Amino acid sequence: MKTADIVIIGGGINGVSIAYNLAVRGCRRVVLLERKTLASGSTGRCGAGVRMQWGTEMNCRLARDSILRFERLNQELEYDGDIEFKQGGYLILAFHQRQWEQFQKNVALQNSLGIPSRLVSPAEARRIVPHLEVGDLIGGTFCPKDGHINPFKATQAYAEAAARLGVEIRKFTETVAIGKDAAGRVQRVTLADGEVIETPVVVNAAGPYSQLVGEMAGVALPVHSERHQILVTEPVAPKQGPMVMSFAHGLYCQQTPHGSFIMGIGDPHEPRGFDTGHSWQFLEDVASKVTTMMPALKEVRVVRQWSGLYNMTPDAQPILGEIPEVPGYFVAVGFSGHGFMLAPMTGVLLAEMILGLAPTMDVSMLNVGRFARGELIREPSVV
Amino acid sequence: MEPSEKSPEIIICRCEDITAAEVRKLITKGYRTPDEVKRFSRCGMGQCQGRTCRNLVLQEISAATGQEVKDIPMATFRPPTKPVKLGLFAKARAESAAEGGGDR
Repeated sequence: MKTADIVIIGGGINGVSIAYNLAVRGCRRVVLLERKTLASGSTGRCGAGVRMQWGTEMNCRLARDSILRFERLNQELEYDGDIEFKQGGYLILAFHQRQWEQFQKNVALQNSLGIPSRLVSPAEARRIVPHLEVGDLIGGTFCPKDGHINPFKATQAYAEAAARLGVEIRKFTETVAIGKDAAGRVQRVTLADGEVIETPVVVNAAGPYSQLVGEMAGVALPVHSERHQILVTEPVAPKQGPMVMSFAHGLYCQQTPHGSFIMGIGDPHEPRGFDTGHSWQFLEDVASKVTTMMPALKEVRVVRQWSGLYNMTPDAQPILGEIPEVPGYFVAVGFSGHGFMLAPMTGVLLAEMILGLAPTMDVSMLNVGRFARGELIREPSVV
Repeated sequence: MEPSEKSPEIIICRCEDITAAEVRKLITKGYRTPDEVKRFSRCGMGQCQGRTCRNLVLQEISAATGQEVKDIPMATFRPPTKPVKLGLFAKARAESAAEGGGDR
């Protein structure tokens, strides 16, 4: 029978980042199982934005250190491509007084942690994005370190580095069961074709399907998935440096280094589930809002729309760590729409937890027990 | 001469300027479905959404793997079928609102 030291389920950015970080710390028998192809789940469907601007100290540290790692990822992973990191910043807009007051607190917190964000007036916002129609804008925050990264290329960079270090990556390989021993410890995984891999450690990095991979081990994870729609335009000449984001509208819009604009808008009525279809209504929703805010975009053509799934937790913060009832079962799930940008640190922290190494950063508050204890995390800056 | 040996500088995807050599490199690395070639290279992601390169990519995969073209799954088709200006969608929403259709 085939044996492994660690089996990772999920070939998105988090699965490959965890795999690489285990391998680079000396783990040699790591197997990564992916049901379809790399980045075919939420990673490859995401908005491709990365930002340091968060509202809790933990998220600021996780995001800051992830971006610092992204900055040198091509070199660290000896990638023969380019992850296409464009640091044009994020301009986050405030349309309500209460939001503006929260943004002032956020910037003070971010600055105390070395994040170079700042408050901007409507006039300054317009200098940063000349085609922005400021309207009833109160102000905003801007951080020049934030930006865009190509999720496929970043996943490929991690996956190929992991493979060079000996990680076995199996695509088109669906896991159907996780077996435990008499003491309740992880013992093996069973694949769709009947093959069994014996392993003392399983990592659930299954993104929007994490609850299903939880059930395989008898673990009821407090997560659900919900659809978010998105579109991309034809490439046009560079005209927008930063991501423009409004929590009030649930809207984000960024021009990639390739020239295309990626944009999306939240729908509060979106039902829970695994549907990755798309609607005409979304095109009208996002087009109406974005062309009101930035009329110059009226002339840019949409070439493609799709959708992806957020894996949501009750406090919209991820769950990281071992499940106490099932020793050897680790999760990196519930990223609630911001798993891509945190992946460099998620990989480091999960590898340290699994190998029993001293943690680079204390994220014990992200363990699954916080929900039962009522210790939810209150992050004010989510879209 | 096998297709995989033909001029590597040939442009497979005219919208995104992707050459045969780039497509073949991905296939050699193990990215052997049209969706993988599309997503990891942007081949077929441009204005024409793969109308021209779709069949060329299938041929390249077939030549490299020995699979018959008919057995290779097509890349995902996504709307809109042809490029549409954002302003047109916004106008459609404004007109339906004016007609009392509101936010459907």
